Amino acid sequence: MNAEFDIAETLDVKGASCPMPVVKTKSATDDLDTGDVLEVLATDPGSMSDIDGWAAGTEGVELVDQEEGDDVYKHYVRKTE
Amino acid sequence: MSTDTPDAPSDDAPSDDPPSRAELAARVDELEDALDEATSADDAKKMSIIATKGTLDMAYPPLILASTAAAFGYEVTVFHTFWGLDILHEERSKNLKLSSVGNPNMPVPNAVAALPGMDRVTTKMMEKKIADNDTATIEELIETSLDMGVEFQACQMTIDLMDYDEADFYDGVTTGVGAATALQDMADADIQLLV
Repeated sequence: MNAEFDIAETLDVKGASCPMPVVKTKSATDDLDTGDVLEVLATDPGSMSDIDGWAAGTEGVELVDQEEGDDVYKHYVRKTE
Repeated sequence: MSTDTPDAPSDDAPSDDPPSRAELAARVDELEDALDEATSADDAKKMSIIATKGTLDMAYPPLILASTAAAFGYEVTVFHTFWGLDILHEERSKNLKLSSVGNPNMPVPNAVAALPGMDRVTTKMMEKKIADNDTATIEELIETSLDMGVEFQACQMTIDLMDYDEADFYDGVTTGVGAATALQDMADADIQLLV
C-alpha cells in the first residue's frame, strides 16, 4: 500500500495472460473519474512491461507505480483526463 | 522568407491600407475552421490489419494486436479474407485447427504428422495448453475486441466463394466490403499489417 495516493478501484486480472491485463485495465480506467487511481493485480510477468508501455503510449492515463511481488504484480494507473 | 517585394500585389486591398478589424476577424474565423478540420479528422491513430490465415495459431496475432491497439486508443479495422474469414465465422471460429505438418517445431516428424487424425491430436494438445495457461480463447478475443470498438470486416468475395451466410458471423461484423475498402483503410492508417 502506498501512502502517496488513494486507490479508487481495484482490478483483479490474476491468471489472465496477454493481451487481457492491458485490455481490461483500459476498460477499467474508462470507468474512473479524472484523478482516480486504479490498482491492477496481475500474475502475468509480461504485465510489468506491457502496462508500462500502454500507459506511456495512451492519452489520459499515467502509470503512478508498479510493484513486483513474489506472485502478484501490482500496477497503479491514474486517469489524468 | 521573401523580403524583397515591398510592393507585392494584394488580391483585394491596396497594400498600404491595413485590413479592417472585421476583415481580420473573418480571416481568424476562417483559419480556426481550417485548423479544426485539419486536427480533428486525424485525432485518433489508426491501425489496419489484413487477416488471411485461419489456423488456430495464426488466428491469435491479429486479434491480440487489434484488442491491444484499441486499448491504446487506436481506431482498428481488421479485414478478414480467405481462410482468415473463419475467425469471424461464429461456429468455425470455435473449431479452428492447428496443422501438424509443415512446422518442424512440432514434437512429431512430418512423416508421422501426416497420418490421418494427427491434426486433431495437435489441435487438442494446443487447446489444452490454451486452457491450462488461461490464454484467452478466440471467441473471447473477438467479443472483447468488438466491445472495444474494433471493426471486423468480412471480405464479400470470400463470403461468396466459401458459400457462407451473413448470419454465420459474429454480431457486429461488417459484411459487404472488398479490397478497395481495405486499401482505403490501409492508406489512412498509421500501422498496416498483413497476417
